Formats: sequence, structure tokens, C-alpha cells
Amino acid sequence: MSDPISTGAEWTFELIEKYHAEIENIAEEYGLDTYPNQIELITAEQMLDAYASVGMPIGYSHWSFGKHFIKNEQQYRRGRMGLAYEIVINSNPCIAYLMEENTMMMQALVIAHASYGHNSFFKGNYLFRAWTDAEAIIDYLVFAKRFISECEERYGIDEVENLLDSCHALQNHGVDRYKRPYPVSMREEQERLEEREAYLQSQVNDLWHKTIPQKEAAEEEAKQQNFPEEPQENILYFVEKNAPLLEPWQREVVRIVRKIGQYFYPQRQTQVMNEGWACFWHYHIMNALYDRGKVTDGFMLEFIQSHTNVVSQPDFDSDYFSGINPYALGYAMMTDIKRICTDPEEEDKKWFPDIAGSNWQQTLDFAMRNFKDESFISQFLSPRMIRDFKLFSILDDEERSELEVTSIHNDSGYQYIRQALSNQYNLSMNEPNIQVYNVDVRGDRRLTLRHIPHNNIPLADTSAEVLKHLRRLWGFGVKLETLDAEGEVVNTEECAD
Amino acid sequence: MAQLIDRRPNAKGKSTVNRQRFLRRYKKQIKKAISEQISERSITDIDGGESVSIPKRDITEPTFRNDQGGVREGIYPGNKEFAPGDKIKRPPGGNGGQGRRASDSGEGEDEFVFDISRDEYLDMLFDDLELPNLQKNQLSKMTKSKSVRAGFTNDGVPTNINIVRSLKSAMSRRVAMGAEPRRRLHQLEDELQALQQEVGGDESRRLELEQEIEQLRKRIKKIPFIDTFDLRFNNFVQRPVPTSQAVMFCLMDVSGSMDQETKDIAKRFYILLYLFLTRSYRDVDVVYIRHHTQAKEVDEEEFFYSRETGGTIVSSALELTRDIVAQRYPPTDWNIYAAQASDGDNWNDDSPLCEQILAKQLLPQLRYYAYVEITRRDHQGLWAHYENLLQAHDNFAMQHIREHDDIYPVFREFFRKQTQ
Repeated sequence: MSDPISTGAEWTFELIEKYHAEIENIAEEYGLDTYPNQIELITAEQMLDAYASVGMPIGYSHWSFGKHFIKNEQQYRRGRMGLAYEIVINSNPCIAYLMEENTMMMQALVIAHASYGHNSFFKGNYLFRAWTDAEAIIDYLVFAKRFISECEERYGIDEVENLLDSCHALQNHGVDRYKRPYPVSMREEQERLEEREAYLQSQVNDLWHKTIPQKEAAEEEAKQQNFPEEPQENILYFVEKNAPLLEPWQREVVRIVRKIGQYFYPQRQTQVMNEGWACFWHYHIMNALYDRGKVTDGFMLEFIQSHTNVVSQPDFDSDYFSGINPYALGYAMMTDIKRICTDPEEEDKKWFPDIAGSNWQQTLDFAMRNFKDESFISQFLSPRMIRDFKLFSILDDEERSELEVTSIHNDSGYQYIRQALSNQYNLSMNEPNIQVYNVDVRGDRRLTLRHIPHNNIPLADTSAEVLKHLRRLWGFGVKLETLDAEGEVVNTEECAD
Repeated sequence: MAQLIDRRPNAKGKSTVNRQRFLRRYKKQIKKAISEQISERSITDIDGGESVSIPKRDITEPTFRNDQGGVREGIYPGNKEFAPGDKIKRPPGGNGGQGRRASDSGEGEDEFVFDISRDEYLDMLFDDLELPNLQKNQLSKMTKSKSVRAGFTNDGVPTNINIVRSLKSAMSRRVAMGAEPRRRLHQLEDELQALQQEVGGDESRRLELEQEIEQLRKRIKKIPFIDTFDLRFNNFVQRPVPTSQAVMFCLMDVSGSMDQETKDIAKRFYILLYLFLTRSYRDVDVVYIRHHTQAKEVDEEEFFYSRETGGTIVSSALELTRDIVAQRYPPTDWNIYAAQASDGDNWNDDSPLCEQILAKQLLPQLRYYAYVEITRRDHQGLWAHYENLLQAHDNFAMQHIREHDDIYPVFREFFRKQTQ
């Protein structure tokens, strides 16, 4: 047993370095594979700044970030909102912000949680590997900021602001769900910019040239009814490539918004796993520190208190309930997987024959790398977990006057609850399914979108505003058709020329 | 090993730009909110910022979202008594059973409330307003001078040394001073070489040459790298910055006929005026004159907060104004403004006199004279006489205030930016 690293609550740079060195050792022994760490000390005010830019260390200027900043600042000053203890950025090196107000324990906790937990998740998880490029993101943000401020100088703040507003309205529908984005560094991006501008414009022109009636071509086109041939789910991408009237710089702005949306896409799909993973590891790392005598009992008590706060799940009828806490669910599932590996019961052997009794570190590592929330839950949510959380499902059908409890935490309900919870994290079920269906290439160039409701869930009335934004990007009329279960158009919203 | 960086000293306010963008975009709404609030604002905190509230629907960013309704299944923790197949009455509000609807508006209030600073507040409040007829009478009162760059000098204090220029001039001096000896040196070296190649050359000449070359080398070497002569300093000169000075006369009737509410409105009007002036001009003197049958110059405190009773003779205040102008504020040096607030009561025989004093003595000296009549009753004699002035004098203006809500519009009417 060695002496504790520190005994007081105050932190210093030397202490942070000592703690970090210990934590790094422990993480290495546990086999966590991370990007190099960059730890930055910031003030509460800077934390508010970071909040406003949704965690991007560098962001282009836009009023909506100002709105968020004002809102957060207001709430913070009135004491309605505590600040997060940390923000971590998926980049290489992985940047983690520590707030100066934190105690020494909290700084150590944040280092374990963010710099080793989240960091290894960013590096390992398949979605982050496929969708984000940690090497290039900072460069890309720098490029984006510069490009947009150049546009503001050249075309005026209002012009750029309006364009960004329209892009933001569609940012969630600017994600390519199936294609792997191509990572490029800032320099390449810059080099390719001009080339792309020219090329895009020529493509677009090409498309519309075809609309000039030519005899042979007309016959050929009659066969092809729709443009695009297949419905496109990535509306922003479609706009970027095909909107007839956009200037090259406008296409580039659309692209920037789209790419940034894409960068954040995996975070939205892995919240439970990401937080669960980070909590699991900070818990293990902090306990390892304690076991090695590096920290005091007081330190440990403080840690356990804040850890418990983070991973607690209030019941549905509690005043504190606000949905399922991803930290609680994720942490409990990670811990449960470890339990299934190290200490399996009969039930676990039946439900999880592959992992019961296996090496827990390898199993967890595998789970972290190859799943997202939806699949992670449908794969690993154990009956034991369902019992511990006392999960139950409620069916809410608009057409019936009462809600129905469809299943609870019993033998016949496990499978059902597992599937239903997994669905709850399926983004495509939570976001309206809206795709680009057709462009009237030979007529008035109107763009038609189709909304296919899931379980009859209607579209919020914001859609009319969004259509106006899309109308601005597209340059011609825009129409949104809603289909019913039989595939018939039941409702049409339009934003005409 | 991780890199540990202390970012705390970095510039704060990374969000300032975005905040300003937000204010800029919603200027119209914010201005509307402010002008609605001004009439209700208490006098004592007018120096502070303002809490602004604008409708939330104006600032939402629309996205395609799912609405409530349809068929949904949700998972909830903490079951206590439910069994499969149980039916539960739909909780009121409709969304109780569906989990919280994703909402980008936070607490779901209808208003977005935030604070703006005093400066931002004043900017919004007085946007597009200016003091009329301002002329820079004289650059008489130089309150401030400004340091401006004025090229370079050969002497100065060490902090102002311009390194690039100093080294450039050192280099050119070295080149210049070394030019002649170096040319001579090359000449001699060539000669020496020729002599050495020549068989049986002149030995004494060779020695002489070597000696001279040696001397020249020494001489070149002795040219100093830098000399006090080379030093160049950034030069700054103090340039006076002209400030326009203005004086504002506040005239108020405090006679018995002025009830508390009327005074209150008048106070607010002056407060607006005062804020506006202090924002626009560095040097604004304010003279407070209150009157009933007699006029008296008072300080701000007494002007706003003390009570008097008695009849009303407006001309007494005008005469006092005239006298103070004559004694202390020569119109050649000062931009003089006056604002008078009254409930319109005056001793009847006095009103023609007021018109006369204004027309003959005061208005020619003033930039602007604003008269506000605060009353719910019909106009009386004074208004009619003042109206006579409107035609002949474009620096005279009058407005009627009925209640609190009129203050701000009337104020804006007075000081609307004149388009030339």
C-alpha cells in the first residue's frame, strides 16, 4: 500500500498529472485502446461557450448558437441548471474539458470517464470508425468556419444566415445511412473545393439541359418516370447535388452542414452504450485507484456519491422521472454483461450461451466495438436487468381511450420488453421517414417528398416551415405527400413557387 | 502521456459573436418588447440592463418531427402493480403515457426571456434617434486626446524601438560605410594576385599591398553591427479628439395643478431624455429648472423628488433659462436644448408672454425646444400660443402625452433621426 496521491479537495496541475499517470496505467492494464489525450482546463464561462457550439471546439457563427448560449447562460445564472462536469470531443488527440470549479476527485473522475471511457469508445465503436474521422474533424471545422466567414464577407451575413437556417432545418435529414463517408483533410478539402464547384455546376447544368426537348431523348426519358430513380433519404445531399439554382458556394455550405450533422450522427445512436461504457470504466478505474491505496476514503465517498447520482434511475411515477436515463441503463447493462461472464446463473446460460462464463474484458470489448444502442439492447438486455429495473411496456393507441400494459418483467415478457426497448432507440422509428420521391424534371421542376408514417404517428406541424426552407434551397416548388399504410397518398402539403 | 493545457486565460466570449447575431436577427422583436416595457419601468433601475422577453414561436428552428398520436409503445422502469393486460386511463394532457416528447424548447414556456446589458438596452431603445440640429460649435472643450501613429523618429524610448527598421538602417549603413574600402580591397587583391603570378615580381610592392589589404580588412571589420545612429523608433503623437458639448435644460411645472401621476410621466420623459443625451454625447450638462409661480434652478434630486404647491407662471422658467444661457452657456460654444413638461396650466395672461420670450429670445439661441403637455383634459391657453410658434421655428416641437404608454412614442417622434 502506498500513500494517497492527495488528501485535499483542491486540484493543481501537478496533481492532475499524477492522477492521470495512475489512471493511464490502470486503463492500460484493463486494455483500453485510446487516442492520445489532450486535457484542457476551462472556466464555467468557457463551458457555456462549449455548450452553445454543441461541443464543437470551433464553430461557424450563427444566431442559433447564440440562442443556445443565451438560454444556457440564463438558466445557469439563475441556478436552474448545473453544468456538465466535462465535455469530450471525438477527435485525435481526444480533447476533454475539465472545469476549474471541480474538486480533485471530480477531475480524476472526469479523466477516467472522458479521457479513457469515451475516448476508447470513440476509437473502437464501428459507427464512429465508419462515420467520423477523428484525425480530420478539427481541420474540417476550421475549414468550415473560415469558408462560411468568407461567404459572409462576400455575399452578406443575411444571405448566409438564411441559407444556414434552411440547412439546419434539414440537418437531421442530411445523413447518409448506408454509405461510408470519405475522410479528407483540410488541405485536400481546400484543393478539391474549386474542382468540385465547377464539377457540381456542370452536373446540374447537365441535368437541366436534358430537359430541353429533343426528339430522341424525349422518348428515352418517357421510360424513366422518376428522378431520382430510387427515393433518396438524404435530402440535403440531394439538394447539394441537384438543386438547380444554387451557386457553388451555397452548395458548399449545404455540404458543410450536412457533414457536421453526419459527424454527430453516431453520437445520437450510441448514447446508452457510450455513457454506459464510460461509467463502467470510471467505476473500475476509481476502484482500482482505491485498491492501490492511491486515494483516501473521503475521496472514495465523494466519488460514490456522485457516481450514484449519475447512474440512478427514478421510477416512472417519481417526480424526477424524465425517461430512461441512458447513464443508468448503459452502466447497468455493461455491469450485467461482466456479471454474466464472471458469475453466470442458469438463466444466463440459457439466454446467453455464447458469453456466459467467457472472458469479460474480451466480451465487453466486442460489445463496445460492434453494436449501437438499438442492437446492443436487443442483444444484451438480460432478464435479470429487466427484473432489476422492473421494466414494463405500455401501448398507447390514439384510437383507444385507454392505455394498455402489454408486458411486464416476467418470463413471458422478457423477449417482448427487450424488443420494445430496442425499438425505442431505433432512430429511424423516432424520426419521421421522409424521402425525396420525385422531381418534375420536364415540368415545373417541383420537388416531391414522401412521408411514410410509422405506426400512424403524424408529422408535427413544423413541417410547413421546413418546407419553406426546402423551397428556398431547391429554388422551385416543394410538395410533401403523406402516405397511409396501403401506400396511398392521403395528405399533401405544398410550398409553391 | 496526456497533454495538459490551461485554457482558462484564453479569450472568453467565444459566443459573443453568436450572441450578437442573435440580437441582430431579433432586433425587431426585442425593440418591440423594450418599447412596451419602458412605460412600466421604474425610474430607479433605469440605469441597469433589461430583461427582454420575446415570443418563443418566433425563434424556434423547425425540423421534421413526429407529433403525438398514432400507435406508440414505451418502456418504463419501476413497475409496482401492473400486470399484462391492465388498462390505464389516459392521463390528462395526453402525453403522460408517452414519455416526454422531444422538444427543443426546453421548459416549454411561451416566452423566451433573457437579459441584455445596459449598453445593448440603450442601443435598442435609442436606435435611429439623434439630437436634432447638432453643430460642432467650436472645438473648445478638448476632453481627450488620442495617441496616433505618426511614422518613425530617430530618438525615443526603448519600448518604442522598431526592430525591423533599426536593423534595416543598420544594414544599409554597414553596406554604405564598407563600400569604398571593399572596392579598394578587391582592387588590391586583384593586383596582389597578379603580382604573385608574375615571376620575380616586385617584392616591396607586394609587402606594401599586403599591408594595405590587412589594414582595409581591419577597417571593414571595425564597422559596427549596430549603432545608436541606426535606431528607429515608432513615433506617436497626441491628437486632440473634438467632442461636442451640449447642455440640456429640463423645465418642469411643479405647481399644485400637477398631480402625482402627471409628474411621474414627466419624470420618465426626462429620464429617457437624460439617458439619450448621456449616450450620445460625452459632455452634456443638464440644468434642471422647476417652477410654479417662480422658477428655481435645482439639482437632479430635488427636481425629481420634491413637492411644491401654488399657481403657475411658465414665463418665470423661460426667463430663468434665458438668464442661465446668458451667464453660463454662450450659444457660440454650446449646443443648447430645452425640454419643458407641463400639464398645460398657466396663468392666462402669462401665455402670450411665454410665446414672446420663446420667439424673440430663446429659440434663436437654442438648437431644439421640445414641449410635452401631459394631460387628459383639453388643451388650454398655453398650447394655442405655442402652436403659433410651430410655423416660424423649425427647432420648436410640441407633443401631447395622455398616459404612460405615450411616452416612448412621443419621445421617438421628437428625436427621430432626420434624413437629410
